[in-house]
Amino acid sequence: MDIKLAGIHHTYGDREVLRDINLDIASGQIVCIVGPSGCGKSTLLRLLGGLERPTLGDILQVGNTPEGCLNPLTYVFQDFALLPWRTVAGNISLVLEDHGIGQAESQEIINDVLARCKLSDFADVFPKQISGGMKQRVAIARALAVNPAVMLMDEPLSALDSQTRELLMDDIVSLWTRQPFTAVYVTHNLAEAVRLGHRIVVLSRRPGEIREIVNIDKPLSERRHADPDLEQQQNALWQMMRDEAMAADAELINA
Amino acid sequence: MPEKTKPEKSQPENLKSNNTKQTFEPNSRMNTRDPYVSVPNTGAPNTPVKAPEQRSQTKGQPVPFRGGGFAPVSRPWMGFVVFFILIAFLEAGTRIGFISALTMPKPSDVFNTFVELYNSGLLWTHLVPSFTRFVIGAAIGSLMGVSLGIAIGLFSYVRAGLVPLIAALFPVPKIALLPLFVIWFGIDEASKYALIAFGTFTPMVVATYGAVDNVDRGLIRMGQSFNLSWFSIVRKIVLPGAMAGILSGLRIGLAIAIILLVAAEMLGAEYGIGAYILQAGSLYDLERLFTGVAILSILGVLVNSAIGLIEKRVLRWRGV
Ligand SMILES: Nc1ncnc2c1ncn2[C@@H]1O[C@H](COP(=O)(O)OP(=O)(O)OP(=O)(O)O)[C@@H](O)[C@H]1O
Ligand SMILES: [Mg+2]
Repeated sequence: MDIKLAGIHHTYGDREVLRDINLDIASGQIVCIVGPSGCGKSTLLRLLGGLERPTLGDILQVGNTPEGCLNPLTYVFQDFALLPWRTVAGNISLVLEDHGIGQAESQEIINDVLARCKLSDFADVFPKQISGGMKQRVAIARALAVNPAVMLMDEPLSALDSQTRELLMDDIVSLWTRQPFTAVYVTHNLAEAVRLGHRIVVLSRRPGEIREIVNIDKPLSERRHADPDLEQQQNALWQMMRDEAMAADAELINA
Repeated sequence: MPEKTKPEKSQPENLKSNNTKQTFEPNSRMNTRDPYVSVPNTGAPNTPVKAPEQRSQTKGQPVPFRGGGFAPVSRPWMGFVVFFILIAFLEAGTRIGFISALTMPKPSDVFNTFVELYNSGLLWTHLVPSFTRFVIGAAIGSLMGVSLGIAIGLFSYVRAGLVPLIAALFPVPKIALLPLFVIWFGIDEASKYALIAFGTFTPMVVATYGAVDNVDRGLIRMGQSFNLSWFSIVRKIVLPGAMAGILSGLRIGLAIAIILLVAAEMLGAEYGIGAYILQAGSLYDLERLFTGVAILSILGVLVNSAIGLIEKRVLRWRGV
Protein backbone atom coordinates (compact mmCIF):
# COMPACT_ATOMS: atom_id res chain seq x y z
CA MET A 1 0.00 0.00 0.00
CA ASP A 2 1.29 3.45 -0.92
CA ILE A 3 0.34 6.74 0.64
CA LYS A 4 -0.12 9.86 -1.40
CA LEU A 5 -0.12 13.31 0.12
CA ALA A 6 -1.56 15.94 -2.20
CA GLY A 7 -1.44 19.65 -1.43
CA ILE A 8 -1.49 19.38 2.34
CA HIS A 9 -1.87 22.61 4.27
CA HIS A 10 -2.38 22.69 7.98
CA THR A 11 -3.00 25.52 10.38
CA TYR A 12 -3.62 25.71 14.12
CA GLY A 13 -5.66 28.86 14.59
CA ASP A 14 -3.60 31.60 12.97
CA ARG A 15 -0.44 29.56 12.99
CA GLU A 16 0.40 27.99 9.67
CA VAL A 17 2.25 24.78 10.37
CA LEU A 18 2.45 22.92 7.07
CA ARG A 19 2.34 24.36 3.58
CA ASP A 20 1.80 22.58 0.29
CA ILE A 21 3.17 19.16 1.09
CA ASN A 22 3.12 16.75 -1.84
CA LEU A 23 4.71 13.41 -1.19
CA ASP A 24 4.41 9.79 -2.23
CA ILE A 25 5.34 7.13 0.23
CA ALA A 26 6.13 3.97 -1.68
CA SER A 27 5.58 0.65 -0.04
CA GLY A 28 8.60 -1.21 1.27
CA GLN A 29 10.56 1.97 1.85
CA ILE A 30 11.56 3.91 4.92
CA VAL A 31 10.98 7.62 4.42
CA CYS A 32 12.72 9.80 6.95
CA ILE A 33 11.41 13.25 7.70
CA VAL A 34 13.86 15.73 9.13
CA GLY A 35 13.50 19.42 9.80
CA PRO A 36 14.10 22.07 12.44
CA SER A 37 12.11 21.78 15.63
CA GLY A 38 8.58 23.08 15.51
CA CYS A 39 8.37 22.76 11.72
CA GLY A 40 5.43 20.41 11.85
CA LYS A 41 6.96 16.94 11.59
CA SER A 42 4.85 15.45 14.34
CA THR A 43 1.81 17.21 12.96
CA LEU A 44 2.45 15.69 9.55
CA LEU A 45 2.68 12.26 11.11
CA ARG A 46 -0.59 12.73 13.00
CA LEU A 47 -2.24 13.74 9.74
CA LEU A 48 -0.80 10.67 8.01
CA GLY A 49 -2.24 8.30 10.57
CA GLY A 50 -5.63 9.96 10.75
CA LEU A 51 -5.29 11.25 14.30
CA GLU A 52 -5.94 14.73 12.93
CA ARG A 53 -7.48 16.09 9.73
CA PRO A 54 -5.52 18.42 7.44
CA THR A 55 -6.95 21.90 6.94
CA LEU A 56 -6.56 21.49 3.19
CA GLY A 57 -5.49 18.72 0.87
CA ASP A 58 -5.92 14.98 0.64
CA ILE A 59 -4.16 12.01 2.12
CA LEU A 60 -4.85 8.90 0.09
CA GLN A 61 -4.17 5.24 0.61
CA VAL A 62 -3.34 3.70 -2.75
CA GLY A 63 -3.55 -0.02 -3.29
CA ASN A 64 -4.52 -2.87 -1.04
CA THR A 65 -3.41 -3.46 2.48
CA PRO A 66 -1.23 -6.54 2.94
CA GLU A 67 -2.91 -9.78 3.93
CA GLY A 68 -3.48 -10.24 7.64
CA CYS A 69 -3.13 -6.53 8.26
CA LEU A 70 -5.10 -5.55 11.35
CA ASN A 71 -4.26 -1.87 11.50
CA PRO A 72 -2.88 -0.37 8.29
CA LEU A 73 -1.45 2.82 9.81
CA THR A 74 0.37 2.01 13.02
CA TYR A 75 2.34 4.34 15.26
CA VAL A 76 5.48 3.86 17.27
CA PHE A 77 5.56 6.67 19.79
CA GLN A 78 8.52 8.53 21.19
CA ASP A 79 7.41 7.85 24.77
CA PHE A 80 6.66 4.15 24.04
CA ALA A 81 3.01 4.42 25.22
CA LEU A 82 3.00 1.03 26.94
CA LEU A 83 0.30 0.23 29.48
CA PRO A 84 2.17 -0.03 32.79
CA TRP A 85 -0.42 -2.42 34.22
CA ARG A 86 0.08 -5.01 31.51
CA THR A 87 3.05 -7.25 30.98
CA VAL A 88 5.08 -7.12 27.80
CA ALA A 89 2.99 -9.92 26.29
CA GLY A 90 -0.17 -8.27 27.60
CA ASN A 91 0.70 -5.02 25.90
CA ILE A 92 1.00 -6.81 22.61
CA SER A 93 -2.14 -8.84 23.10
CA LEU A 94 -4.00 -5.57 23.75
CA VAL A 95 -3.86 -4.64 20.09
CA LEU A 96 -4.97 -8.10 18.97
CA GLU A 97 -7.93 -8.45 21.30
CA ASP A 98 -10.44 -6.39 19.32
CA HIS A 99 -10.02 -8.39 16.13
CA GLY A 100 -11.63 -11.68 17.03
CA ILE A 101 -8.38 -13.60 16.80
CA GLY A 102 -8.37 -16.93 18.58
CA GLN A 103 -6.31 -17.51 21.68
CA ALA A 104 -3.84 -19.82 19.99
CA GLU A 105 -3.30 -17.66 16.95
CA SER A 106 -2.85 -14.56 19.04
CA GLN A 107 -0.29 -16.34 21.19
CA GLU A 108 1.52 -17.39 18.05
CA ILE A 109 1.66 -13.80 16.78
CA ILE A 110 2.90 -12.60 20.16
CA ASN A 111 5.64 -15.22 20.29
CA ASP A 112 6.66 -14.40 16.74
CA VAL A 113 7.01 -10.65 17.24
CA LEU A 114 8.69 -11.10 20.61
CA ALA A 115 11.25 -13.36 18.98
CA ARG A 116 11.79 -10.94 16.11
CA CYS A 117 12.44 -8.10 18.56
CA LYS A 118 14.67 -10.26 20.82
CA LEU A 119 12.18 -10.06 23.66
CA SER A 120 11.28 -13.70 24.18
CA ASP A 121 12.73 -13.70 27.69
CA PHE A 122 10.74 -10.66 28.72
CA ALA A 123 7.20 -11.77 27.93
CA ASP A 124 5.98 -11.78 31.52
CA VAL A 125 7.64 -8.70 32.99
CA PHE A 126 6.06 -5.32 33.42
CA PRO A 127 7.28 -2.30 31.44
CA LYS A 128 8.55 -0.72 34.65
CA GLN A 129 11.06 -3.53 35.02
CA ILE A 130 12.84 -3.08 31.68
CA SER A 131 15.14 -0.47 30.21
CA GLY A 132 14.12 2.25 27.78
CA GLY A 133 15.61 0.37 24.85
CA MET A 134 13.64 -2.73 25.75
CA LYS A 135 10.48 -0.67 26.12
CA GLN A 136 10.86 0.71 22.63
CA ARG A 137 11.49 -2.82 21.36
CA VAL A 138 8.18 -3.79 22.95
CA ALA A 139 6.48 -0.88 21.22
CA ILE A 140 7.98 -1.93 17.90
CA ALA A 141 6.94 -5.53 18.52
CA ARG A 142 3.43 -4.32 19.25
CA ALA A 143 3.39 -2.38 16.01
CA LEU A 144 4.64 -5.40 14.06
CA ALA A 145 1.97 -7.61 15.66
CA VAL A 146 -0.82 -5.90 13.72
CA ASN A 147 1.15 -6.36 10.51
CA PRO A 148 0.87 -2.72 9.47
CA ALA A 149 0.91 -1.42 5.92
CA VAL A 150 2.78 1.66 7.08
CA MET A 151 4.58 2.28 10.37
CA LEU A 152 4.52 5.85 11.55
CA MET A 153 7.43 6.48 13.87
CA ASP A 154 7.79 9.80 15.67
CA GLU A 155 11.33 10.11 17.00
CA PRO A 156 11.19 6.54 18.28
CA LEU A 157 14.79 6.54 19.49
CA SER A 158 15.17 10.04 20.85
CA ALA A 159 14.29 9.06 24.40
CA LEU A 160 17.18 6.59 24.44
CA ASP A 161 20.88 7.00 25.09
CA SER A 162 23.19 6.90 22.12
CA GLN A 163 24.51 3.37 22.65
CA THR A 164 21.03 1.94 22.93
CA ARG A 165 20.07 3.95 19.89
CA GLU A 166 22.84 2.30 17.87
CA LEU A 167 21.65 -1.14 18.97
CA LEU A 168 18.07 -0.39 18.11
CA MET A 169 19.01 1.03 14.73
CA ASP A 170 20.78 -2.25 13.97
CA ASP A 171 17.65 -4.07 15.08
CA ILE A 172 15.40 -1.97 12.88
CA VAL A 173 17.71 -2.56 9.94
CA SER A 174 17.72 -6.32 10.49
CA LEU A 175 13.95 -6.36 10.92
CA TRP A 176 13.59 -4.51 7.65
CA THR A 177 16.08 -6.69 5.79
CA ARG A 178 14.30 -9.85 6.83
CA GLN A 179 10.88 -8.52 5.97
CA PRO A 180 10.73 -5.08 4.35
CA PHE A 181 8.09 -2.79 5.82
CA THR A 182 6.94 0.69 4.93
CA ALA A 183 7.69 3.39 7.41
CA VAL A 184 7.60 7.11 7.85
CA TYR A 185 10.29 7.93 10.34
CA VAL A 186 10.42 11.37 11.90
CA THR A 187 13.70 12.29 13.53
CA HIS A 188 15.89 15.13 14.70
CA ASN A 189 18.93 13.03 14.32
CA LEU A 190 20.55 13.13 10.89
CA ALA A 191 22.68 10.09 11.65
CA GLU A 192 19.49 8.09 12.14
CA ALA A 193 18.07 9.52 8.94
CA VAL A 194 21.02 8.52 6.76
CA ARG A 195 21.21 5.14 8.45
CA LEU A 196 17.58 4.13 8.07
CA GLY A 197 16.12 6.22 5.28
CA HIS A 198 15.71 5.19 1.69
CA ARG A 199 14.48 8.69 1.13
CA ILE A 200 15.03 11.68 3.35
CA VAL A 201 12.54 14.51 3.21
CA VAL A 202 13.93 17.80 4.46
CA LEU A 203 11.36 20.27 5.70
CA SER A 204 11.93 23.99 6.03
CA ARG A 205 11.22 25.80 9.25
CA ARG A 206 7.63 26.59 10.09
CA PRO A 207 5.50 26.70 8.04
CA GLY A 208 6.98 23.38 6.97
CA GLU A 209 7.51 23.01 3.25
CA ILE A 210 9.47 20.31 1.49
CA ARG A 211 12.88 21.79 0.78
CA GLU A 212 14.56 18.76 -0.63
CA ILE A 213 14.14 15.04 -1.02
CA VAL A 214 17.35 13.06 -0.86
CA ASN A 215 17.51 9.45 -2.01
CA ILE A 216 20.13 7.21 -0.50
CA ASP A 217 20.76 4.23 -2.72
CA LYS A 218 23.06 2.18 -0.55
CA PRO A 219 21.13 -0.85 0.77
CA LEU A 220 20.25 -0.64 4.44
CA SER A 221 22.15 -3.78 5.33
CA GLU A 222 25.41 -2.31 3.99
CA ARG A 223 25.19 0.88 5.99
CA ARG A 224 27.43 0.91 9.03
CA HIS A 225 28.04 3.16 11.97
CA ALA A 226 30.53 5.90 10.92
CA ASP A 227 30.32 4.95 7.27
CA PRO A 228 32.22 7.64 5.27
CA ASP A 229 29.60 7.78 2.51
CA LEU A 230 26.85 8.26 5.01
CA GLU A 231 28.82 10.86 6.93
CA GLN A 232 29.19 12.79 3.74
CA GLN A 233 25.45 12.62 3.11
CA GLN A 234 24.83 13.61 6.68
CA ASN A 235 27.10 16.62 6.33
CA ALA A 236 25.39 17.69 3.15
CA LEU A 237 22.04 17.46 4.95
CA TRP A 238 23.38 19.44 7.86
CA GLN A 239 24.66 22.20 5.59
CA MET A 240 21.21 22.33 4.05
CA MET A 241 19.44 22.49 7.40
CA ARG A 242 21.86 24.59 9.38
CA ASP A 243 20.54 28.02 8.50
CA GLU A 244 16.97 26.90 8.84
CA ALA A 245 17.66 25.39 12.22
CA MET A 246 19.37 28.54 13.42
CA ALA A 247 16.50 30.68 12.22
CA ALA A 248 13.96 28.34 13.82
CA ASP A 249 15.89 28.47 17.07
CA ALA A 250 15.93 32.27 17.09
CA GLU A 251 12.26 32.32 16.18
CA LEU A 252 11.32 30.28 19.20
CA ILE A 253 13.23 32.62 21.47
CA ASN A 254 11.52 35.68 20.04
CA ALA A 255 8.06 34.18 20.21
CA MET B 1 7.11 54.25 36.41
CA PRO B 2 7.98 54.75 40.05
CA GLU B 3 7.61 51.02 40.51
CA LYS B 4 10.22 50.39 37.90
CA THR B 5 12.86 52.60 39.43
CA LYS B 6 12.67 50.89 42.79
CA PRO B 7 14.17 47.54 41.87
CA GLU B 8 16.85 49.27 39.86
CA LYS B 9 17.92 51.19 42.92
CA SER B 10 17.86 48.22 45.20
CA GLN B 11 19.94 46.06 42.92
CA PRO B 12 23.20 47.93 43.30
CA GLU B 13 22.62 48.01 47.04
CA ASN B 14 22.38 44.24 47.06
CA LEU B 15 25.54 43.96 45.10
CA LYS B 16 27.32 46.27 47.50
CA SER B 17 26.32 44.22 50.51
CA ASN B 18 27.57 41.13 48.77
CA ASN B 19 30.90 42.76 48.18
CA THR B 20 31.32 43.80 51.78
CA LYS B 21 30.50 40.31 52.93
CA GLN B 22 33.27 38.89 50.83
CA THR B 23 35.87 41.15 52.40
CA PHE B 24 34.76 40.00 55.86
CA GLU B 25 35.61 36.42 55.12
CA PRO B 26 38.13 34.99 57.59
CA ASN B 27 41.68 35.77 56.57
CA SER B 28 43.06 32.35 57.21
CA ARG B 29 40.76 30.84 54.69
CA MET B 30 41.73 33.41 52.14
CA ASN B 31 45.38 32.63 52.75
CA THR B 32 45.18 28.95 52.13
CA ARG B 33 43.24 29.55 48.98
CA ASP B 34 45.16 32.40 47.48
CA PRO B 35 48.71 31.47 46.51
CA TYR B 36 49.88 35.09 46.45
CA VAL B 37 48.75 35.79 49.99
CA SER B 38 50.11 32.53 51.33
CA VAL B 39 53.66 33.22 50.19
CA PRO B 40 54.66 35.76 52.85
CA ASN B 41 52.99 33.77 55.66
CA THR B 42 54.31 30.27 55.23
CA GLY B 43 57.18 30.64 52.89
CA ALA B 44 57.34 29.08 49.47
CA PRO B 45 59.64 26.05 50.20
CA ASN B 46 57.43 24.88 53.07
CA THR B 47 54.23 24.55 51.21
CA PRO B 48 54.88 21.30 49.31
CA VAL B 49 56.02 19.62 52.54
CA LYS B 50 53.04 20.84 54.50
CA ALA B 51 50.42 19.67 52.11
CA PRO B 52 50.73 15.89 52.78
CA GLU B 53 51.00 16.52 56.54
CA GLN B 54 47.74 18.39 56.49
CA ARG B 55 46.16 15.58 54.58
CA SER B 56 47.16 12.95 57.16
CA GLN B 57 46.13 15.17 60.08
CA THR B 58 42.62 15.92 58.85
CA LYS B 59 40.91 12.56 58.89
CA GLY B 60 38.42 11.95 56.12
CA GLN B 61 34.93 12.81 57.20
CA PRO B 62 32.04 10.78 55.81
CA VAL B 63 29.78 12.77 53.52
CA PRO B 64 26.71 13.60 55.60
CA PHE B 65 23.55 11.73 54.61
CA ARG B 66 20.77 14.10 53.66
CA GLY B 67 18.43 11.93 51.65
CA GLY B 68 16.30 10.49 54.46
CA GLY B 69 12.57 10.85 55.03
CA PHE B 70 9.76 11.89 52.70
CA ALA B 71 9.25 8.33 51.44
CA PRO B 72 6.54 6.16 52.99
CA VAL B 73 8.11 3.14 54.69
CA SER B 74 6.00 0.25 55.98
CA ARG B 75 5.95 0.15 59.80
CA PRO B 76 3.03 -2.14 60.54
CA TRP B 77 3.48 -2.35 64.33
CA MET B 78 3.40 1.40 64.87
CA GLY B 79 -0.39 1.63 64.68
CA PHE B 80 -0.77 -0.99 67.41
CA VAL B 81 1.76 0.77 69.61
CA VAL B 82 -0.21 4.03 69.43
CA PHE B 83 -3.50 2.28 70.22
CA PHE B 84 -1.90 0.37 73.06
CA ILE B 85 -0.32 3.45 74.65
CA LEU B 86 -3.56 5.41 74.37
CA ILE B 87 -5.64 2.64 75.96
CA ALA B 88 -3.06 1.96 78.65
CA PHE B 89 -3.00 5.67 79.50
CA LEU B 90 -6.80 5.81 79.81
CA GLU B 91 -6.88 2.64 81.91
CA ALA B 92 -4.19 3.93 84.25
CA GLY B 93 -5.82 7.33 84.46
CA THR B 94 -9.26 6.03 85.34
CA ARG B 95 -7.85 3.52 87.85
CA ILE B 96 -5.57 5.98 89.62
CA GLY B 97 -8.24 8.62 89.45
CA PHE B 98 -6.69 11.56 87.64
CA ILE B 99 -9.32 10.93 84.98
CA SER B 100 -12.77 11.10 86.57
CA ALA B 101 -15.11 8.17 85.99
CA LEU B 102 -17.76 10.69 84.93
CA THR B 103 -15.74 11.85 81.96
CA MET B 104 -14.28 8.61 80.69
CA PRO B 105 -15.15 4.95 81.24
CA LYS B 106 -12.45 2.45 82.08
CA PRO B 107 -11.28 0.69 78.91
CA SER B 108 -11.49 -2.64 80.76
CA ASP B 109 -15.16 -1.95 81.61
CA VAL B 110 -15.81 -1.11 77.97
CA PHE B 111 -14.23 -4.40 77.04
CA ASN B 112 -16.37 -6.24 79.57
CA THR B 113 -19.48 -4.57 78.19
CA PHE B 114 -18.47 -5.73 74.76
CA VAL B 115 -18.03 -9.30 75.97
CA GLU B 116 -21.45 -9.16 77.64
CA LEU B 117 -22.96 -7.86 74.46
CA TYR B 118 -21.37 -10.69 72.58
CA ASN B 119 -22.49 -13.34 75.08
CA SER B 120 -26.06 -12.08 75.12
CA GLY B 121 -26.17 -12.50 71.35
CA LEU B 122 -27.27 -8.90 70.97
CA LEU B 123 -24.04 -8.02 69.21
CA TRP B 124 -25.18 -9.77 66.05
CA THR B 125 -28.67 -8.39 66.40
CA HIS B 126 -27.19 -4.93 66.10
CA LEU B 127 -24.29 -5.67 63.82
CA VAL B 128 -26.04 -7.60 61.06
CA PRO B 129 -28.60 -4.93 60.10
CA SER B 130 -25.93 -2.24 60.32
CA PHE B 131 -23.56 -4.17 58.15
CA THR B 132 -26.26 -4.92 55.58
CA ARG B 133 -27.19 -1.25 55.37
CA PHE B 134 -23.57 -0.27 55.01
CA VAL B 135 -22.80 -2.78 52.29
CA ILE B 136 -25.93 -2.17 50.21
CA GLY B 137 -25.88 1.61 50.57
CA ALA B 138 -22.17 1.97 49.92
CA ALA B 139 -22.27 -0.44 46.97
CA ILE B 140 -25.11 1.45 45.27
CA GLY B 141 -23.48 4.80 45.98
CA SER B 142 -20.01 3.92 44.82
CA LEU B 143 -21.17 2.06 41.70
CA MET B 144 -23.30 5.00 40.64
CA GLY B 145 -20.57 7.45 41.64
CA VAL B 146 -17.87 5.65 39.65
CA SER B 147 -20.13 5.34 36.59
CA LEU B 148 -21.12 8.99 36.63
CA GLY B 149 -17.53 10.02 37.34
CA ILE B 150 -16.35 8.11 34.27
CA ALA B 151 -19.12 9.66 32.17
CA ILE B 152 -18.08 13.13 33.35
CA GLY B 153 -14.45 12.32 32.60
CA LEU B 154 -15.23 11.11 29.08
CA PHE B 155 -18.04 13.33 27.77
CA SER B 156 -17.64 17.06 27.76
CA TYR B 157 -21.40 17.67 27.70
CA VAL B 158 -21.94 15.53 30.77
CA ARG B 159 -19.06 17.31 32.45
CA ALA B 160 -20.33 20.77 31.61
CA GLY B 161 -23.84 19.88 32.74
CA LEU B 162 -23.16 17.90 35.89
CA VAL B 163 -20.00 19.20 37.52
CA PRO B 164 -21.77 22.31 38.86
CA LEU B 165 -24.60 20.13 40.13
CA ILE B 166 -22.19 17.85 41.94
CA ALA B 167 -20.42 20.86 43.40
CA ALA B 168 -23.79 22.05 44.66
CA LEU B 169 -24.68 18.66 46.17
CA PHE B 170 -21.34 17.85 47.77
CA PRO B 171 -21.49 20.31 50.69
CA VAL B 172 -25.13 19.56 51.54
CA PRO B 173 -25.17 17.68 54.86
CA LYS B 174 -26.86 14.49 53.79
CA ILE B 175 -28.28 13.89 57.27
CA ALA B 176 -30.43 16.97 56.79
CA LEU B 177 -32.07 15.22 53.87
CA LEU B 178 -33.13 12.13 55.82
CA PRO B 179 -36.74 13.37 56.33
CA LEU B 180 -36.95 13.91 52.60
CA PHE B 181 -35.69 10.38 51.95
CA VAL B 182 -38.23 9.05 54.44
CA ILE B 183 -40.99 10.72 52.42
CA TRP B 184 -39.57 9.39 49.16
CA PHE B 185 -38.51 5.89 50.16
CA GLY B 186 -40.56 5.16 53.29
CA ILE B 187 -39.51 4.80 56.90
CA ASP B 188 -37.93 1.37 56.36
CA GLU B 189 -34.58 0.26 55.08
CA ALA B 190 -34.84 1.91 51.66
CA SER B 191 -34.47 5.43 53.00
CA LYS B 192 -31.37 4.38 54.95
CA TYR B 193 -29.84 2.79 51.86
CA ALA B 194 -30.61 5.96 49.94
CA LEU B 195 -28.97 8.18 52.53
CA ILE B 196 -25.81 6.08 52.71
CA ALA B 197 -25.69 5.72 48.92
CA PHE B 198 -26.07 9.44 48.42
CA GLY B 199 -23.31 10.17 50.91
CA THR B 200 -20.91 7.79 49.17
CA PHE B 201 -21.96 8.93 45.73
CA THR B 202 -20.69 12.51 45.70
CA PRO B 203 -17.09 11.91 46.82
CA MET B 204 -16.88 8.94 44.45
CA VAL B 205 -17.97 11.09 41.51
CA VAL B 206 -15.41 13.75 42.28
CA ALA B 207 -12.58 11.24 42.88
CA THR B 208 -13.43 9.28 39.73
CA TYR B 209 -13.59 12.10 37.26
CA GLY B 210 -10.42 13.54 38.71
CA ALA B 211 -8.75 10.17 38.25
CA VAL B 212 -10.04 9.84 34.69
CA ASP B 213 -8.72 13.31 33.89
CA ASN B 214 -5.31 12.19 35.05
CA VAL B 215 -5.12 9.15 32.79
CA ASP B 216 -2.23 9.60 30.39
CA ARG B 217 -3.71 11.03 27.17
CA GLY B 218 -0.83 9.48 25.26
CA LEU B 219 -2.09 6.01 26.21
CA ILE B 220 -5.60 6.84 25.02
CA ARG B 221 -4.22 8.16 21.76
CA MET B 222 -2.22 4.96 21.42
CA GLY B 223 -5.44 2.97 21.85
CA GLN B 224 -7.15 5.05 19.19
CA SER B 225 -4.21 4.67 16.83
CA PHE B 226 -4.53 0.90 17.09
CA ASN B 227 -8.24 1.14 16.29
CA LEU B 228 -9.34 -0.24 19.66
CA SER B 229 -13.07 0.10 20.13
CA TRP B 230 -14.36 2.88 22.35
CA PHE B 231 -15.47 0.35 24.91
CA SER B 232 -12.07 -1.35 24.91
CA ILE B 233 -10.31 1.95 25.45
CA VAL B 234 -12.51 2.68 28.45
CA ARG B 235 -12.21 -0.78 29.92
CA LYS B 236 -8.54 -1.49 29.23
CA ILE B 237 -6.94 1.94 29.37
CA VAL B 238 -9.13 4.50 31.14
CA LEU B 239 -10.40 2.33 34.00
CA PRO B 240 -7.08 0.74 35.01
CA GLY B 241 -5.39 4.11 34.67
CA ALA B 242 -7.95 5.71 36.96
CA MET B 243 -8.04 2.83 39.44
CA ALA B 244 -5.57 4.30 41.93
CA GLY B 245 -7.58 7.50 42.20
CA ILE B 246 -10.89 5.64 42.41
CA LEU B 247 -9.62 3.48 45.27
CA SER B 248 -8.35 6.42 47.26
CA GLY B 249 -11.74 8.06 46.71
CA LEU B 250 -13.33 4.87 47.99
CA ARG B 251 -11.50 5.26 51.29
CA ILE B 252 -13.20 8.61 51.82
CA GLY B 253 -16.53 7.42 50.45
CA LEU B 254 -16.72 4.44 52.78
CA ALA B 255 -15.76 6.45 55.84
CA ILE B 256 -18.60 8.84 55.03
CA ALA B 257 -20.87 5.82 54.56
CA ILE B 258 -20.13 4.67 58.13
CA ILE B 259 -20.88 8.14 59.48
CA LEU B 260 -24.18 8.26 57.64
CA LEU B 261 -25.04 4.70 58.66
CA VAL B 262 -24.93 5.72 62.30
CA ALA B 263 -26.80 8.94 61.62
CA ALA B 264 -29.57 7.10 59.81
CA GLU B 265 -29.86 4.53 62.59
CA MET B 266 -29.97 7.20 65.26
CA LEU B 267 -32.91 8.83 63.56
CA GLY B 268 -35.01 5.75 63.36
CA ALA B 269 -34.03 2.13 63.79
CA GLU B 270 -34.75 -0.46 66.36
CA TYR B 271 -31.52 -2.37 65.88
CA GLY B 272 -28.16 -1.25 64.62
CA ILE B 273 -24.96 0.19 66.05
CA GLY B 274 -26.36 3.69 65.74
CA ALA B 275 -29.50 2.78 67.68
CA TYR B 276 -27.36 1.08 70.31
CA ILE B 277 -25.19 4.18 70.74
CA LEU B 278 -28.23 6.43 70.88
CA GLN B 279 -29.83 4.32 73.64
CA ALA B 280 -26.62 4.29 75.64
CA GLY B 281 -26.19 8.01 75.18
CA SER B 282 -29.65 8.89 76.38
CA LEU B 283 -29.01 6.85 79.53
CA TYR B 284 -25.52 8.33 79.99
CA ASP B 285 -24.20 4.80 79.92
CA LEU B 286 -20.64 5.64 78.92
CA GLU B 287 -19.44 2.02 78.83
CA ARG B 288 -22.02 1.04 76.25
CA LEU B 289 -21.57 4.28 74.36
CA PHE B 290 -17.86 3.59 74.04
CA THR B 291 -18.49 -0.03 73.15
CA GLY B 292 -20.58 1.18 70.22
CA VAL B 293 -17.95 3.71 69.22
CA ALA B 294 -15.23 1.07 69.41
CA ILE B 295 -17.25 -1.22 67.13
CA LEU B 296 -17.51 1.62 64.61
CA SER B 297 -13.80 2.30 64.82
CA ILE B 298 -13.04 -1.36 64.26
CA LEU B 299 -15.38 -1.33 61.27
CA GLY B 300 -13.50 1.69 59.93
CA VAL B 301 -10.12 0.02 60.38
CA LEU B 302 -11.37 -3.19 58.74
CA VAL B 303 -12.80 -1.31 55.75
CA ASN B 304 -9.57 0.61 55.38
CA SER B 305 -7.40 -2.48 55.43
CA ALA B 306 -9.75 -4.21 53.00
CA ILE B 307 -9.19 -1.35 50.57
CA GLY B 308 -5.48 -1.62 51.25
CA LEU B 309 -5.59 -5.29 50.25
CA ILE B 310 -7.55 -4.50 47.09
CA GLU B 311 -5.02 -1.81 46.22
CA LYS B 312 -2.19 -4.25 46.69
CA ARG B 313 -3.79 -6.70 44.31
CA VAL B 314 -5.15 -4.34 41.69
CA LEU B 315 -2.20 -1.97 41.68
CA ARG B 316 0.43 -4.68 41.88
CA TRP B 317 2.03 -3.32 38.70
CA ARG B 318 3.01 -0.14 40.51
CA GLY B 319 5.11 -1.95 43.06
CA VAL B 320 7.11 -4.28 40.84
N1 LIG C 1 -2.51 20.74 18.99
C1 LIG C 1 -1.87 21.89 18.65
N2 LIG C 1 -2.49 23.07 18.78
C2 LIG C 1 -1.86 24.22 18.44
N3 LIG C 1 -0.62 24.29 17.96
C3 LIG C 1 0.05 23.13 17.81
C4 LIG C 1 -0.54 21.87 18.15
N4 LIG C 1 0.35 20.89 17.90
C5 LIG C 1 1.45 21.52 17.44
N5 LIG C 1 1.27 22.85 17.37
C6 LIG C 1 2.24 23.82 16.87
O1 LIG C 1 2.54 23.46 15.55
C7 LIG C 1 3.93 23.61 15.31
C8 LIG C 1 4.50 22.31 14.81
O2 LIG C 1 4.47 21.36 15.87
P1 LIG C 1 5.02 19.90 15.70
O3 LIG C 1 4.90 19.23 17.02
O4 LIG C 1 4.41 19.25 14.56
O5 LIG C 1 6.54 20.20 15.38
P2 LIG C 1 7.74 19.19 15.27
O6 LIG C 1 8.39 19.43 13.98
O7 LIG C 1 7.31 17.81 15.57
O8 LIG C 1 8.66 19.73 16.42
P3 LIG C 1 9.72 18.92 17.29
O9 LIG C 1 10.90 18.76 16.42
O10 LIG C 1 9.98 19.85 18.42
O11 LIG C 1 9.09 17.64 17.69
C9 LIG C 1 4.55 24.09 16.59
O12 LIG C 1 4.74 25.48 16.48
C10 LIG C 1 3.52 23.77 17.62
O13 LIG C 1 3.56 24.75 18.63
MG1 LIG D 1 7.68 16.40 17.21
